[in-house]
Amino acid sequence: MSAPALRLSGVCKNFGVSQIIKSVDLEIVQGERHAIIGPNGAGKSTLFNLVSARFPVSEGRIELKGEDITGLRPYQINRRGLSRSFQITNIFHNLSVFDNVRCAVLWPLGHRYSFFRRLSGLGDAGDRADEVIDQIGLARRRNQPASVLSYAEQRALEIGITIAGGADVVLLDEPTAGMSRSETEEAVALIRRISAGRTLVMVEHDMSVVFGLADRISVLVYGKILATGAPDAIRQNPAVREAYLGASFAGA
Amino acid sequence: MKTPPLLNARRLVFWSAYLALLVLLPLAVHKGYWLSLLCQIGINTVFALSFNMLLGQTGLLSFGHAVYYGLGAFVTMHALRAINASSLHFPITLVPLVGGAAGLLFGVAFGYVTTKRAGTTFAMISLGIGEMVAASSLMFPSFFGGEGGVSSNRVVGGKGLFGITYGPQIQMYYLIAGWAFLSILAMYALTQTPLGRIANAVRDNPERAEFVGYNPRRVRFLMMMLAGFFAGIAGGLTALNYEIVTAESLSAYTSGLVIMMAFVGGIGVFFGPILGAALITVLQIVVAGATAAWPVYFGLIFLLVVLYAPGGIAGILLEQMKLWRSGELRRLWPSYLLALVPAVILVGAVIFLVEMSYALVNSSQTGSSEVRVLGFGLDAGRALTWIAGAVALAIGVALLRAAAKRIAGDRYVPPLPQGRT
Amino acid sequence: MEFALISLLNGVTYGLLLFMLSSGLTLIFSMMSVLNFAHASFYMLGAYFAYQISGAASFWAALLLAPLLVGVLGALVERFGIRKAHRFGHVAELLFTFGLSFLAIEVVQLVWGKAAVDYRVPSTLQGTLFTLYSTSYPIYKAFMIAVSVFMLAGLYSFLTYTRIGLIIQAALSRPDMVQALGHDVPRIFTLVFAGGTALAGLAGVIGGNALVTEPGMADAVGPIVFVVVVVGGLGSLTGAFVASLLIGILQTFMVGMNYSFVDFAREIGLDIHSAPLLARLSLTQFAPVMPYLLMVAILIFRPRGLMGARET
Repeated sequence: MSAPALRLSGVCKNFGVSQIIKSVDLEIVQGERHAIIGPNGAGKSTLFNLVSARFPVSEGRIELKGEDITGLRPYQINRRGLSRSFQITNIFHNLSVFDNVRCAVLWPLGHRYSFFRRLSGLGDAGDRADEVIDQIGLARRRNQPASVLSYAEQRALEIGITIAGGADVVLLDEPTAGMSRSETEEAVALIRRISAGRTLVMVEHDMSVVFGLADRISVLVYGKILATGAPDAIRQNPAVREAYLGASFAGA
Repeated sequence: MKTPPLLNARRLVFWSAYLALLVLLPLAVHKGYWLSLLCQIGINTVFALSFNMLLGQTGLLSFGHAVYYGLGAFVTMHALRAINASSLHFPITLVPLVGGAAGLLFGVAFGYVTTKRAGTTFAMISLGIGEMVAASSLMFPSFFGGEGGVSSNRVVGGKGLFGITYGPQIQMYYLIAGWAFLSILAMYALTQTPLGRIANAVRDNPERAEFVGYNPRRVRFLMMMLAGFFAGIAGGLTALNYEIVTAESLSAYTSGLVIMMAFVGGIGVFFGPILGAALITVLQIVVAGATAAWPVYFGLIFLLVVLYAPGGIAGILLEQMKLWRSGELRRLWPSYLLALVPAVILVGAVIFLVEMSYALVNSSQTGSSEVRVLGFGLDAGRALTWIAGAVALAIGVALLRAAAKRIAGDRYVPPLPQGRT
Repeated sequence: MEFALISLLNGVTYGLLLFMLSSGLTLIFSMMSVLNFAHASFYMLGAYFAYQISGAASFWAALLLAPLLVGVLGALVERFGIRKAHRFGHVAELLFTFGLSFLAIEVVQLVWGKAAVDYRVPSTLQGTLFTLYSTSYPIYKAFMIAVSVFMLAGLYSFLTYTRIGLIIQAALSRPDMVQALGHDVPRIFTLVFAGGTALAGLAGVIGGNALVTEPGMADAVGPIVFVVVVVGGLGSLTGAFVASLLIGILQTFMVGMNYSFVDFAREIGLDIHSAPLLARLSLTQFAPVMPYLLMVAILIFRPRGLMGARET
């Protein structure tokens, strides 16, 4: 059996005296779509920030495909095949849509810090970027600066940058936050398309999105994993119902 | 995707025209004065563009960029002295490369420290490094030559190829023009490479750059080294041009001047600093020759650009070009003409007031508070002239505000982009 | 021993003066994320205003009025300049204050001339407080320390006992908090800027006559204040305090020590005949670059500064 895509063992995070993440153990199987849900302030985004090394962990160990990545810098983790999106849109505002995506494919294609080759001569980077732009439905916006895009378009670009490099473990932080019903549906279709053949971990508030997409779900409450399992099992889990989902959950 | 040609037609025309301009310009000016000015512009263009590799392209505001320029100049000068002193045969044509190498080396040494931080901290640290080098210029007189600086002679030995000695200023001009053209082309090419684009990404959002596999510190460090290299070339050219280098070349003043050139020209566009270098260099020589108050005018111009046109001259030009393409400029030009009147009044009033202040202060020495400004004879000692100046200033400000409102009202505002594709 | 004690006292005086400047700079930077490049220009203006006022009235009037005037000027700069530049981001704000520092020197030269002005210690504060062995310690230096300590106490109680002070303190470590607090942010900004520049003005009042009041005085101290802030750690008043004293004392000691590495070697019995230039330079000659070397060392070994909490 291959190593899990991600394995967190005993991961803790303290901010000052308060412990936001309390000894989390979690295994993400390769190729699955895994959703992390939980009430506001449960530490879902913090967990993502620990895995992607935006924050250092206080304790514990994180492995990516069997390799210890605890304490590495974000770019080192990215180069090992983990990519993430952000809850608050985090793009290159003054660059064109095309350049936003192209910047994300340069390192994986081995162009590194090269200053002897022209970008326009790098066919592989251009082709890959255009392919991604088609996939996220922004072909018409290709040459416009990212700052003029609408909110939903910027969210799509956010996902585009995240997946362009071909990382096989993808973390999406609330990909449908702030979207209208129809925009959410498009986003779900997009996530379904791009997650084919990859491992996907997402934090999401919209229960219809979660139960529609996820193979497995983990429930995070007050910095602890309460339960992990298939959607149906989570739906039936009394502890989860009591701690978090309550009445609103019955309808999902 | 098809690989586009190295230079598309438009770029080819642009760069050829630029080259032709550089070659033909000296034919239009006869006096040595203007030729020296052109030389200075060429050097400053390279210097300002190298600065903008940091500020405009990587988002690093350096208050100590003169360090690389000045040290490049000093090392070049010592190389020139060594060439003069020995029978070493090193072609003068290639001497600016010595400056470039020095700039690169110091870029490695100092850049390692400065690029550890970004943003405002980088600005502070770059200032500290600049002050450190300036202060050490007094500690090592054998290298920096103390107050008098270091000098040498660029004419070495006999005639070179085609009888070129670089003795006459016109030959020096072509040496500067050649190196400037190559450097500018190289710096432009850099913007079209992976490193150049990632530098933009780091400028826009260093955190995201880190999450697509790039180490922002490494990107900044690389850009710093390259910027040091080109600043060093400019320093090497200045050493050859003046045949003397003093500590002023690496002072805070020179660092400030390059900020001004780049920013007034426009840091958001590649060619912006080229315009700024030409304008500021001309102003520096022409205005400083005409009035003692030139630093005030420089300060005012700089503050005006910061507050009202942060895109610089290049930004204004691009904006107008956009309006011209959309046909809007045709509707706007009457308003522009109208705005010209209060603008002239305002500028005139400011010049009057500044010149009168200087005349009044100097009157204790010269014994007269009479001053001639733009052809007018004024007595700065009388209250009436001051009141007239202040009234003109107030009228100018009020009218210009009205005119700006009119222009804004005339402009067609395109609907905001919305909806999805 | 005599040398050490006197140098220590002088170093503390200088260090406290540096803190009067760096504390204002830190407060402004922490609250508004604006690096006030013109901070030392306000220090210079404080000295010149004090010179003018003490000529017309008295030094004691200057001690009170000059910082107030500088503070009002600071408020105007914030209200009509920095707030305008703010629309274009932090680089524009920084460049605005940079342009201002350039203009300030020119205006000072225009009004008061290029040479140093005769701004003197008032006669009541002239004279010797005590004599240590053979060195006399002037009253005025003790007065400077007293004013600094008084200011320190005032700043401390303002930050700990007033509402606005508490908000400012919260903002030091969490700049994003200010917005969330829902206070009248623009007014607090103007207040902080005015307060910070008034502190710089006060430093000018008591420093201008102890040192020298001339157009170059802003450029002489400005970069060192930046170094203090970097060494102390951004956003940390404690750090700025420690770094101010550290640099003040170190530099004062170095100025007084006319020893070089070679001299030191001779002292311990080594006789070096041909030493490189660096080894032959005395500590006095090294004094001007010491703060910058310290900054470089801090950046290499402790990039956050002595007590810094913030990354950028």
